Amino acid sequence: MDTIFALASARGKAGVAVLRVSGPGAKAAAEALTGAEVPARRPVLRDLKGHDGGLIDRALVIAFDAGASFTGEAVVEFQTHGSLAVIAALEAELGRIPGLRPAAPGEFTRRALENERLDLTQVEGLADLIEAETEAQRRQAMRVADGALRAKSDGWRRDLIRAAALIEATIDFADEEVPTDVTPEVLDLTGGLLATLEAEIAGTKIAERVRDGFEVAIIGKPNLGKSTLLNALAGREAAITSEIAGTTRDVIEVRMDLRGLPVTFLDTAGLRETEDPVEQLGVDRARQRAELADLRVLLIEPGEDAVSGPDDLLRTAKGDLRPETPGAISGATGLGVTELIDEIAERLAARTAAIQTATHARQRLSIEGAVTYITAARTELGDKDSRAEVVSENLHQAIRALDLLIGQVDVEHVLDEIFASFCLGK
Amino acid sequence: MKHDGFDVLVIGGGHAGAEAAHAAARMGARVGLITLSAAAIGAMSCNPAIGGLGKGHLVREIDAMDGVMGRVADAAGIQFRLLNRRKGPAVQGPRAQSDRAIYRKAMLAEIQSHANITVIEGEAADFQMSGPRVTGVVLGDGAVVEAPSVVLTTGTFLRGIIHIGDVQRPGGRMGEKPSVKLAERIDAFGLPLGRLKTGTPPRLDTNTINWEILEAQPGDAEPVMFSFLSRTPSARQVSCGITHTNAETHDIIRENLDRSAMYGGHIDGIGPRYCPSIEDKIVRFADKTSHQIFLEPEGLDTKAVYPNGISTSLPEEVQTRYVRSIRGLETAEILQPGYAIEYDYVDPRSLTDTLELRVVGGLFLAGQINGTTGYEEAAAQGLVAGLNAAAAAQGRDPIRFGRRTSYIGVMIDDLVTRGVTEPYRMFTSRAEFRLSLRADNADQRLTPMGIALGCVGPERAQAFEAKIEALTKARAEVSAKSWSPREIAAQGVAIAADGNRRDGIELLAFNDASFDTLVALDPSLEGIDPDIRAQIERDACYANYIERQERDVEALKRDEAREIPEGFDYASLGGLSSEARAKLVAAQPRTLAQAARIEGVTPAALTILLARIKKLSRSA
Repeated sequence: MDTIFALASARGKAGVAVLRVSGPGAKAAAEALTGAEVPARRPVLRDLKGHDGGLIDRALVIAFDAGASFTGEAVVEFQTHGSLAVIAALEAELGRIPGLRPAAPGEFTRRALENERLDLTQVEGLADLIEAETEAQRRQAMRVADGALRAKSDGWRRDLIRAAALIEATIDFADEEVPTDVTPEVLDLTGGLLATLEAEIAGTKIAERVRDGFEVAIIGKPNLGKSTLLNALAGREAAITSEIAGTTRDVIEVRMDLRGLPVTFLDTAGLRETEDPVEQLGVDRARQRAELADLRVLLIEPGEDAVSGPDDLLRTAKGDLRPETPGAISGATGLGVTELIDEIAERLAARTAAIQTATHARQRLSIEGAVTYITAARTELGDKDSRAEVVSENLHQAIRALDLLIGQVDVEHVLDEIFASFCLGK
Repeated sequence: MKHDGFDVLVIGGGHAGAEAAHAAARMGARVGLITLSAAAIGAMSCNPAIGGLGKGHLVREIDAMDGVMGRVADAAGIQFRLLNRRKGPAVQGPRAQSDRAIYRKAMLAEIQSHANITVIEGEAADFQMSGPRVTGVVLGDGAVVEAPSVVLTTGTFLRGIIHIGDVQRPGGRMGEKPSVKLAERIDAFGLPLGRLKTGTPPRLDTNTINWEILEAQPGDAEPVMFSFLSRTPSARQVSCGITHTNAETHDIIRENLDRSAMYGGHIDGIGPRYCPSIEDKIVRFADKTSHQIFLEPEGLDTKAVYPNGISTSLPEEVQTRYVRSIRGLETAEILQPGYAIEYDYVDPRSLTDTLELRVVGGLFLAGQINGTTGYEEAAAQGLVAGLNAAAAAQGRDPIRFGRRTSYIGVMIDDLVTRGVTEPYRMFTSRAEFRLSLRADNADQRLTPMGIALGCVGPERAQAFEAKIEALTKARAEVSAKSWSPREIAAQGVAIAADGNRRDGIELLAFNDASFDTLVALDPSLEGIDPDIRAQIERDACYANYIERQERDVEALKRDEAREIPEGFDYASLGGLSSEARAKLVAAQPRTLAQAARIEGVTPAALTILLARIKKLSRSA
C-alpha cells in the first residue's frame, strides 16, 4: 500500500497550511523530516529539514496511529506557514521518499471508506459538509456525515428482515407449528416502514434544494424593474439595468445566503411576444427556468390582471411611484424588499421542515426502490391467492435496495460514481 | 483378497457414500465402496422419511443427474405428501415416509447391480499417502486398496459419543463402532475441526400405541413422486398419526432436566436450532403448553414407530415416563431409547467447491462430516464428490454447481465459503434465486449438464429429450395465441381494458388465469398433455419476477467471473480488518462472488480485493 500525501487546506497564501500524509510510511516520513520520533496524538513543534539538511519551515506536527485516524491508516499532519514556497518545498521532499506519492482526488476519503472508518452515506455527507456555504447546508451535511442515515437504514433493514423472516417461516416450516397467520404482523411492520420511507423521500427533494440551492425567479413584463429588484436583493450590481425594454436577454443568477438557506435568484428576460429572435430565445428560456423555480416573484403593473399560483409572490412594480398600493415594491428605493426577503425565507424554511435525513438523489433512488418493492409485497399479501414466495421475493428486493443506500452491493458502480465528484486532498 | 484397478474409493455406504459411489460409477469410473457391512448400505439412521422443503428440491436435483436417492425413495415410499401444496410451485417440496427395510434393500440393489461398483466389506483404518496426496486406503486387516481419488463419508463416526442421560459410550450409530484410527490420521492433516450434536427420539412399538383415539394423517390423494422417471408408488400406502405433549409431559421433563445429557453438562457440541430436542423445546419455549408429535411408521413389516418431535437425551426410565404421559401412548413400549450423539466435523471451508480438501490432494469429503444434517444434504454432497472424484481420476475438468442453477450449488457454496455454526440443513430461503430453482424444473436445469458429462443413462436422456420437445412445441402453440382484454375478462380474469392483446404465456402470469382459461379461450389447446400444461403454468407464473432475477444473475455472473488467483496473498493486502483477513484466508474464495458471501467480509474489504485483482490481471 502506497503512502499518500496532499495539501489538506486550500492552496494559496494563508496563515497556516495543513499537509496530510497517510499510509504505512507516514511516520517514517515525519521522522525523516524532523529527525526525531513523533508521538501519537500530541502536537509537537519541529524543524522540518530537507534531504540536504536545509531548514524548510518550523511546523506543528501531529501523528495519528493506524486505526485511530481519519483514513484508518497511520497519518501525520504538518501545520506549516501558509506559504506557496514552503508547501512546494515540503511536497518535493515528501515526493523524494520511496513509497510516497501525491494523493489522487478523493483518495484520503476513499481509504477511510475502505478501512471502514466511514460508510458511503457518511462520505456523501462529508463531501457536502466541505461544500457547505450556509448554516442549513452545514446542519444537513453534518447529520449525514455523522452516520445518521446509516443508523436509520439499519433500523429499516431490521424491520424488513423481520418481515421476510416471518414469511419465510411459513414457507420453510410449513409442516411444523409456526404461527399460521403472520400477515397482520407483516402488514404492520411494512406499513409503518412505508410511511417512514415516503416521508424520507419527500424530505430528500427539499434536502437536495438545501444542498444545491433554492431557486427564486423574478418574472413579469418588460421594463418593470426586475433587474433593479435583483440588484437590491443582492446588494450589488449583478444584472445590467437600463431603461430600454428587453435588455436582459438571458437568465442572470445571483446566489445568496438567505437566513442560512442557499437561494439563487433568477432575473429573467421580460415576458412578452417579440419579433426579435434573439430576444424570443431569452423569453423562452426565462419561462422554462421560472416554471422550474421553487418560488416566483411576479412583478405586475398596478391594475394588471395577473394569474398567480401558490408559489407566486405577487408584487406591484415601481412602488416608489405609488407607495400606497398594496404589495408595492421598489428596487430603486428598497421599498418592500426586506418584507419580500422575509416572506421568501419563511416560505422556504417551512419547506425544510419536511427534511428527514437522506439528502441525495442517489439515496432517494434507493429508498424509492425499496418503497416500490414493499408496496408490491403488500399488494401480494392482500391478494386472496397471496403467494408467500412472491411476498418474500419483494421483501428481499427491498432489502437489497436499502443495501445500496449504504453501499453494500454493487460496490464498483456506486463508488466510481461518488469518487468522481471528489477533489484532491479532502 | 486383492483389490486393484480402482479409480475411486468411497468410504462409507450411507446416503453420501452410496450416492458418491453411484455417481462416480455413472461417470465410467471403477469404484470400490468400502463399508463395515453391506447390510448398512442405505441405512436410515434417523427419521424414516425423505424430502421436504429444500430437501425435496435436492432429491429432485440428484435425480435430474440420474442419481439414486429419488428412485429408491419412490420405491420405499409408504406415504407421499407434497408440502406447501397451497403455496406456489417454487416452494412446494415433495416428501415421503419410507419403509426403512425397502429403502435399504433398494439402495443395495442399485449399488450391487452397477457393473462399475465393487463393494468391499471391511474397516477403513487409514489412508495410504504419497506426500500430501491420498493414494489409497489401508483396511483393518492391513490390506491396501489403491485409487487416485478417495471419497470419505464417515458421517458421525469421527469421535462419535452417544449420550443417554448421564451414560456415554463411544459410537457412531447405535450398535456401530467409531473409527478412531481414521480420526487420528485426519488429526494429522491438521484440519480445523468442530463439534456438533444431534439427537433421536425413542422408537416405539406400534402394537402398544392406541391408534384408535389418535388423529390420522393420510398421504396425498395424488402422490407426487421424487424421480422424474417414477409415476406411482409401488409400496402399500399408510397413514401417520398425530398426537401432542401435555402439561404432565412437560412437568416430567422439567423435573428431570439435570439428568439429560444436554442439560446435565455432558455435551459441548452445538445442536441444530430447527430440530430441537424435547428438553430444548420445553426450556426455550416455556410458555408453550403442548408440542405436536408425528407418529411415523418405520415400515410396513416392522413394529417400530418413529415419534417425530420428541428427540431426547434423557435417561431411559424418564423417556418411558414422559412417553406414557402422552395421549395414545399410555401403554407404549420403547423398542430403543432416544439418544444424543456428539461428533466431530471438518470445517467445510477447508474444502474446494468440488469437495476436495485443499491440503490433501485426492481426498473428497461428503455428508455429515462436513457439518451438514439430513440424508438429502448428504446425498447431494455425495453426488458432487463422486462426480468430481471420478473427473479428477480421469483427468477431466472439475464439475461445479452454481447458486443460480441449483440448490446443490447453493449448499456447496454456503458450506465452502461460509462454513457452519450449527448442523447445516437446506431451506428454500437459502436460495436467492428460489423462484427459478423449482423442484418441478430440476430436470431442465440439470439433466442437460448430466447428459453432457455422461452421467445420465439412456433411459432418462430419452425421456428428457421427449419432454423438452413436447414442452417447446406446446410453448410455441400457447404463445402463438393471443386475446383482447375483453375476451380475457369474459373468462373472469381481472385485467385492465388497455387494448393490449396478451399471448398465452403472458396471460398465465396473471394470478387468476390458469391453463383451463386458455383452453376455454381456444379449445384447440385441449390436446396438450396435462403434465406439459402444468409445467408451462409453473414457468409462467413467476415470469415477471424471474426477469428481474435475471438481472441479479447477471450481476452475480460478473462477480463470479472475477477469479481470485490461487494462493492469493491476503497478508499483503493493506486496509483489511483483521477479521475480514482471517475469514478470507480460512475460506480461500475462488471468485469475488464467493468472497462477498463470507460473513464479516464487508463491501469495503471487497473493494480492496477487487482493486488488487484488477491490478494483478493488468500486470499479468
